[in-house]
Amino acid sequence: METLANIARELLAAGTVQTVIGYGHGSGEAALTRTHTQTQARAVFIRDVAKAGSLIFDASCQQNLAVYLMKPEVRRLGKAALVATPAALRTILQLAAENQVSDHDLLALAVNGQGEVALLATLAAIEAHVAALDNDLKPGEIAELQKYAALDLEQRRQFWEEQFSRCLKCYACRGACPLCYCSRCTVECNQPQWIPVPAHDLGNLEWNVMRAMHLAGRCVNCGDCSRACPVGIPLHLLNQKLISEVLDNFDSRSGMAAKADNAMSTFKPDDPEDFIR
Amino acid sequence: MSDFKPRIVAFVCNWCTYAGADLTGTSRMKYSPQVTIIRFPCTGRIDFMLLLKAFANGADGIIVSGCHPNDCHYSSGNFHARRRWIVFRALLDFLGIDVRRVQFSWVSAAEGAKWAQLVNATSESIRQLGPFSGFHRLRGLGVE
Repeated sequence: METLANIARELLAAGTVQTVIGYGHGSGEAALTRTHTQTQARAVFIRDVAKAGSLIFDASCQQNLAVYLMKPEVRRLGKAALVATPAALRTILQLAAENQVSDHDLLALAVNGQGEVALLATLAAIEAHVAALDNDLKPGEIAELQKYAALDLEQRRQFWEEQFSRCLKCYACRGACPLCYCSRCTVECNQPQWIPVPAHDLGNLEWNVMRAMHLAGRCVNCGDCSRACPVGIPLHLLNQKLISEVLDNFDSRSGMAAKADNAMSTFKPDDPEDFIR
Repeated sequence: MSDFKPRIVAFVCNWCTYAGADLTGTSRMKYSPQVTIIRFPCTGRIDFMLLLKAFANGADGIIVSGCHPNDCHYSSGNFHARRRWIVFRALLDFLGIDVRRVQFSWVSAAEGAKWAQLVNATSESIRQLGPFSGFHRLRGLGVE
């Protein structure tokens, strides 16, 4: 990963960016938990040229670092260079489409599984880079969705009831999600109390439905919600289901352009309505 | 089960369906009394959380109804709502919740008879589905 460190040093030394958000070695042994976390990499915020050598990128670096772009304490650090996986690049474009980031805030160090690094200095460059990637659901992901669709209604209900029964309402999924950036979430509203505080079946269902719905047409399928979940609820399935619905019904993909309408805040006069009497 | 009376909550928009339901009454049409009508400014205001809350508080079925496409008082509220419903129905179905419990419709201010038919038909289909005990069972701690 010498190249990543070298690029980081140059950017910091030249003052092009004030901080590099990347991956570093975490503490502890490789832990194989109920979620599909592999080893321990953690986010590092490099502000000193001398520390750029601690940047790593390997298979354990799965977190979508774009989540930090929306944290006020990170924004205060100044312009950032973000080590970005394909999903993180899509996140940046989605945040730009939602008027949350601009060219002044960041540049991206696009990384991939082959260890290549590309410096993308503008949103336009990120757009061009993302356009050349395969951003749709993978065949395996589609097959998994179809597997659940093939179950009957009652089997699906039982499956999700069991999954949600383990939910602790810890909101780690919300914290990990780069697109859950509201400074005040409906969960914290208590007049009225939309989502009950205790982790019981009804509130757990309501919370998980709300999380999925608020990401409809926005989620870029990074999978960090599932990775963050301490009880291993496959939250990504809900997001992927809605990604496929939004694509099928509205021919719309999130995270593809820095200027785009959100699927759920626009419409076409001829949207499907075969279910409306 | 034959004497089961379903509880139906209707979320309707002020400009079309509420006025349509008014017309049903002023036209002296009789229809199923199992429905509780809640008036909203627009279908675009009807959040999916409201539907969940209705089920959580004992509704067996839900009607969501507003202006026909291109008739929205706010031009596009119903178009936005339609997209939300498409996605919401897909999510409910994926979670194993019977989407037949939620009936969406367009009823204009002039369609008093259609409103009566809609409520009657929905009331009957929900009666056949039976109580929504699968959802009502979820009520655990202190949400009243």
